[in-house]
Amino acid sequence: MKVLAALSGGVDSAVAAARAADAGHDVTAVHLALSRNPQSHRTGARGCCTIEDSNDAFRAADMIGAPFYVWDLSAEFQEKVIEDFISEYSQGRTPNPCLRCNESIKFEAVLERAMNLGFDAVVTGHYARVINGPHGAELHRAVDPDKDQSYVLGVMTAEQISHSLFPLGDSTKTQVRAEAAERGILVAAKPDSHDICFIPDGDTAGWLARQIETTPGDVIDAETGNKVGTHKGAQAFTVGQRRGLALGNPTGDGERRYVVDVDVKQNVVMIGPPTLLDINVIEAINPRWSGPLPHNGQNIEVQVRAHGESLPATVSVTDSGVTITLKDFLRGVAAGQAAVMYDGTRVIGSATISRSRREA
Amino acid sequence: MAYLDHAATTPMFPEAVAAMTELLAEPGNPSSLHASGRLSRRHVEEARETVARVLGARAGEIVFTAGGTEADNIGLKGIAWSERNFYPHKRRVLVSSVEHHAILDPAEWLSGDDGFELTLIASDARGRITPEALREALGDDPSDVAVVSIMLANNEVGTVNDISSLTEVTREFGIRFHTDAVQAPAWLPVQFSELGVCAMTVSGHKVGGPHGVGALVISRDCKVTPLVHGGGQERDVRSGTLDTPAIVAFAKALEIVELRRDQEVARISALRDQLVQRVLEIDDSAVYNGDHVGRLANNAHFTFPGCLGDSLLMLLDAQGVECSVGSACNAGVPQPSHVLLAMGANDNDARSTLRFTLGYSSTQEDVDALIAALPSAIERARRAGMPKS
Repeated sequence: MKVLAALSGGVDSAVAAARAADAGHDVTAVHLALSRNPQSHRTGARGCCTIEDSNDAFRAADMIGAPFYVWDLSAEFQEKVIEDFISEYSQGRTPNPCLRCNESIKFEAVLERAMNLGFDAVVTGHYARVINGPHGAELHRAVDPDKDQSYVLGVMTAEQISHSLFPLGDSTKTQVRAEAAERGILVAAKPDSHDICFIPDGDTAGWLARQIETTPGDVIDAETGNKVGTHKGAQAFTVGQRRGLALGNPTGDGERRYVVDVDVKQNVVMIGPPTLLDINVIEAINPRWSGPLPHNGQNIEVQVRAHGESLPATVSVTDSGVTITLKDFLRGVAAGQAAVMYDGTRVIGSATISRSRREA
Repeated sequence: MAYLDHAATTPMFPEAVAAMTELLAEPGNPSSLHASGRLSRRHVEEARETVARVLGARAGEIVFTAGGTEADNIGLKGIAWSERNFYPHKRRVLVSSVEHHAILDPAEWLSGDDGFELTLIASDARGRITPEALREALGDDPSDVAVVSIMLANNEVGTVNDISSLTEVTREFGIRFHTDAVQAPAWLPVQFSELGVCAMTVSGHKVGGPHGVGALVISRDCKVTPLVHGGGQERDVRSGTLDTPAIVAFAKALEIVELRRDQEVARISALRDQLVQRVLEIDDSAVYNGDHVGRLANNAHFTFPGCLGDSLLMLLDAQGVECSVGSACNAGVPQPSHVLLAMGANDNDARSTLRFTLGYSSTQEDVDALIAALPSAIERARRAGMPKS
């Protein structure tokens, strides 16, 4: 196949591209320029798309023997990922920008452009597996549970999955690093990237504060309705959060207090004991299916955050999206995050959490 | 492989390679006083005389540099600083809006960090700078202008400016004039003394010489403040040990250009005209940019509406046809061409360009290879369309 390998300048995508070439594919490499004003050098493990990363990607392509180009997707990234991130937060939701990037940049803008230019598939260094099943290509969890990235790929449609190669899905990170060193890929020891690439210092709250106009408001005790403090702006709070509440008065029972609800319209942050965070029903909207739809009441597993556990549940498809009923209570589910549904290791689909509640 | 990017760099003439390699292992710093040093210096001075003769200048006017960008920086900043030192009211620099970044960026730096004011001289729709546009930019009171820089031939669209008609304007006001002639000597009989400029930039690797060497031709009465200080080489304008092998090879290349130019201009312009005609036959929406007459013999520059230049380049590259989108890159990402924008193109058209440039080694097969590869490239690139900008 004629494949387009997206090289970030890191270890994973370099090894993935090398494996695709070894498998006999005709590999062309691209580095996606996502930042409008790329920095010259990387700092620590965060951030991406510096000129140094682009150079690392170029050198990796050299080692693989693939022609290398830079594709400028900074305008799309700004609109579809960064502005979406700000908009979601300003409405009191907690988005996952990596998932949004996979959804609208890597497996939409890039894949579509690649297909139009005559490529058959896109290769990335994500840890996930594509397996041919009875209904076509299926997306499965990677064999390395610590690195599995199927959650952030859960937004992929069956069509997108069928045009994607994830050559690392069967390997552990340790194996990939060792292979990179063996292949002479210079970035073999480069640290993994973490967090949100467009917030290089990792201070999401500080970054958001510069993007979103906030006004101070009240912190209310959800059980008594009393005002127990003030906050600098409700947008900076996430359900389940405990740090950063800065409550003056210790609570009477000495129990820790958590953010149990955020109302951006009223600019109110509700706090309460952790038991108020326990929910068992999740409503989610804008579902994207990786294959056939589940039947109502189907037993599934659901994951609601990037490195969260897989939880047993049942699912019903509704007019507005899906309703997921958990077998056990779950603490602290934030609106805006994705609920990714699994049948064993297979991704069924993904939807954006809009509400959660507790049902007896 | 069809190499159609000679304006980016053109292969060295074998004679220039021979001249260079012969000297690479020789001892001798041209500044040294012993026999080896004197011999090295003799090589440099003979090369200087050759370069001067070919370019219609005096040997004493040639300042060797490490390339075109350095020469442009000395030509612009060095003259601007020197003028301001003598006449503190001279705080304005004028450069054309279609200059290479080696002029545009130092001009912007002068205006941003160094207290000068920058006036851009407007281009016409063909990429040409007219005396009227220059007068317009000079304004009612040109007495504050320290230096004007207008390129002799445009690196993207190949448009050739009539520098003499422009220096006639600045002469009225006694304003210093620099021209970036990097693209010119292989295709035009550039004669420094006839242009009326006080400084002119040339580069080695655009004329079949090596990379990393160039020259600023500076008239004797033109004072230049150095950018680099050190051993005082090159009239104190450009310190640093001279690269004798590169300078000798540069001179050799210019000598060959002088010998073969007439013949090559005839051959290559015919090949270029054929290329243009066949490209327009393949895509009737393609636009042949620049001045159709007053342009470099080797340049063909097109807009392919609805095709990202980037996509076309990649698709042609995959078929062994090497060309350029024509504009500068930022971190490997081609930017919309400032030249096309200055010529009045919209943003999308300025990202839909391809530049094909021929050289002395170009053949009919190169053009045939392009013509064979182009239709499918255009079709696919158009299908992929224009991403958001």
